[in-house]
Amino acid sequence: MSSAKMLAFETDCHIFEGCGFPTPGLHSFLFKPMFTVGGIEFNKPILLAALSTIIVIGFFWAAFRKPEIVPGKLQMIGEAGYDFVRRGVVYETIGKREGEKYVPLMVSLFFFIWIMNLWAIIPLAQFPVTSVIAFPAGLAALVYILWVSLTFKRHGFIGGWKNITGYDRSLGPVFPMVMFFEFLSNLFIRPFTHAVRLFANMFAGHVLLLIFTIGTWYLLNGIGMAYSAVSFLMVIVMTVFELFIQALQAYVFILLSCSYIQGALAEHH
Amino acid sequence: MIPPLVHLAAEEAQNPLIPEIPELVIGLIAFAIVFFVLGKKLLPNINNVLEQRREAIEGGIEKAEAARIEAQSVLEQYKAQLAEARHEAARLRQEAQEQGAVLIAEMRAEGQRQREEIIAAGHTQLDADRKVAASVLRQDVGKLATDLAGKLVGESLEDHARQSRVIDRFLDDLEEKAEATR
Repeated sequence: MSSAKMLAFETDCHIFEGCGFPTPGLHSFLFKPMFTVGGIEFNKPILLAALSTIIVIGFFWAAFRKPEIVPGKLQMIGEAGYDFVRRGVVYETIGKREGEKYVPLMVSLFFFIWIMNLWAIIPLAQFPVTSVIAFPAGLAALVYILWVSLTFKRHGFIGGWKNITGYDRSLGPVFPMVMFFEFLSNLFIRPFTHAVRLFANMFAGHVLLLIFTIGTWYLLNGIGMAYSAVSFLMVIVMTVFELFIQALQAYVFILLSCSYIQGALAEHH
Repeated sequence: MIPPLVHLAAEEAQNPLIPEIPELVIGLIAFAIVFFVLGKKLLPNINNVLEQRREAIEGGIEKAEAARIEAQSVLEQYKAQLAEARHEAARLRQEAQEQGAVLIAEMRAEGQRQREEIIAAGHTQLDADRKVAASVLRQDVGKLATDLAGKLVGESLEDHARQSRVIDRFLDDLEEKAEATR
């Protein structure tokens, strides 16, 4: 790296002071290990993921540890969240009878992902854990293994392949081609897009927030102050927008998971 | 928060789509803990309570339904009884009216009968009296006439047979005249 580039990251520098805009980029997603335990380097995303675990369990522990028939405030909030995932997502896609089994998984996924996303706008943390591909990839892999094994368990070996490849002779001469694309789409592209959809949304959201926060600071000099104000306004707008996207992406993730499971359990089409 | 950035900016930026193994593993462990605690303990907890609540609510609804049905049946019984009572009252009234009418008719018939009896008795009495009066009168008139005739003729008409025959004939004539004029 050149010294010019290094100069760009001098954080106390403002416009018209002879330094460039410290553009956020891939480097904004790399963190120095804070400490090492048993050869594993703990960095900020890992710590935030662990904190997410504590927060999700802590909340549900407080809400559901001793649930009452007439709920208190916290239990009511917990029930609303639980009911949203159970009724609004799982029952809607998989159905009540077959879906009940997957409710705990989807509830855990939704709240875990949501909290990991939420760190993006929490002061001091200000980093969405899911913008590091390892976290969404792990969860997507989990769902992938689940639905693929369910497919073969439900339909047997041949039936499972027919399900995955969308085997349908009535399509006529194009059906081998359809099978090829279905196979490719379901088995290879699907897990990738499942993980990347979440990752990329949070990654982009974080970059946007960084651009406007760094911009607000960088422009804080002379006439730049007017632009800085606009940039700051954008920080507020994007924060609110991110708040929405974080919940939406957690929802989309479990909605897709449910739809994959539903596809695995359904008769092949 | 910036110092780590400064540090890492100097390093080669990695492909952001390649997951780091430690992060992957720790992420999965973190999720597994969430899933385990929620799935094993907390969600079954709340499911129990939701089920209990549902039963409590349904029990309440069933109770209310039972009470409603009972109230309905009681109301129907009451209405039936009321209708029966009304019917009974109407029947009694009708009966009383009929009985009254019968009584009135009976009394009227009785009165009629008594009246007729009285009238008949009166007639009989009158006839008897008339006959007695007539016979008495006939005797008296006969005697008076005989006396008068004896005086006028100057001859004693003591022959009873003749005497009575003449008187009778006379009186019969009188009677016939009376009958004719009536």
